[in-house]
Amino acid sequence: MNKHLKKIAILAIIIVISLLFSYLDSLIIIPLPIPGLKMGLANIMVVYTLYKLNIKDAIIVSFIRLILAGILFGSIVSFLYGLVGAILSLTLMIILKKLTSLKMLTISIIGAIMHNIGQILVAVILMNTAEIALYLPLLIITGIISGLAVGILSRLLFEYTKKINLGLD
Amino acid sequence: MLKKYRNDLLIIGIILIFAVFLILIINLVRKPGSYVVVIYDSKEVAKYDLNIDQTIILNYQNDDQNILEIKNKKAKIIEANCPDKLCVKNFGAISKEGESIVCLPHKIVIKIVGPNKEIDVVS
Repeated sequence: MNKHLKKIAILAIIIVISLLFSYLDSLIIIPLPIPGLKMGLANIMVVYTLYKLNIKDAIIVSFIRLILAGILFGSIVSFLYGLVGAILSLTLMIILKKLTSLKMLTISIIGAIMHNIGQILVAVILMNTAEIALYLPLLIITGIISGLAVGILSRLLFEYTKKINLGLD
Repeated sequence: MLKKYRNDLLIIGIILIFAVFLILIINLVRKPGSYVVVIYDSKEVAKYDLNIDQTIILNYQNDDQNILEIKNKKAKIIEANCPDKLCVKNFGAISKEGESIVCLPHKIVIKIVGPNKEIDVVS
């Protein structure tokens, strides 16, 4: 089979799974006084792609998922929140993965924290209320928890599919 | 085993301590507030004295309704007809400067401010 076609098919599957996770994310309401706080399960597939495939594919998965999730069950506002979070999170995860020997779990946690920081930035600008930044410490802690969950799950998925050769190399 | 994860544990540990430290600082620095400000669509629309116990119905758009209660120098949303009701369920009563309750679906933010801010006569 054509390698190029194979890659498109694999990426499509990964994006669909991450879309399912996005939907699951929107269903889980976390009982904390922070509006719009999510588990970030969709990032499982981004972290997974970053490790199983490569940086470019992780960026593709992340942004196509954001656009589709925005169209299917979000709004322009929720897209904006996700976009800034994703840019910050992906950038730092890629830099750390390239330059340090930090483990997948740690990188996932830092990614989740950056996601939250990005969303606070958007909230401060959109709602014009600087006090929202006071949520930052709380969001760092929730980021550690959700990042750990995402990291463990993507690590499991990574280990589980280690033997599967995607035939792309 | 532990040595293998030393850097990772160190980084997460530092971040965690930093966050807890920030929470402590924020709570120490915050003073009890004097007024409740209601912000609708990024604009200040009303201001109420925290020292006067009262119940106010906030209605700025269509049928959107949040009921704000001020009691014992604390402000709280006791009822809302938004779909998620996060402002009722997830937020407790607020009383310190800078604390806020956010209702995203109704674009309402309720904020506690200090005594120095001038009282807006129009609102």
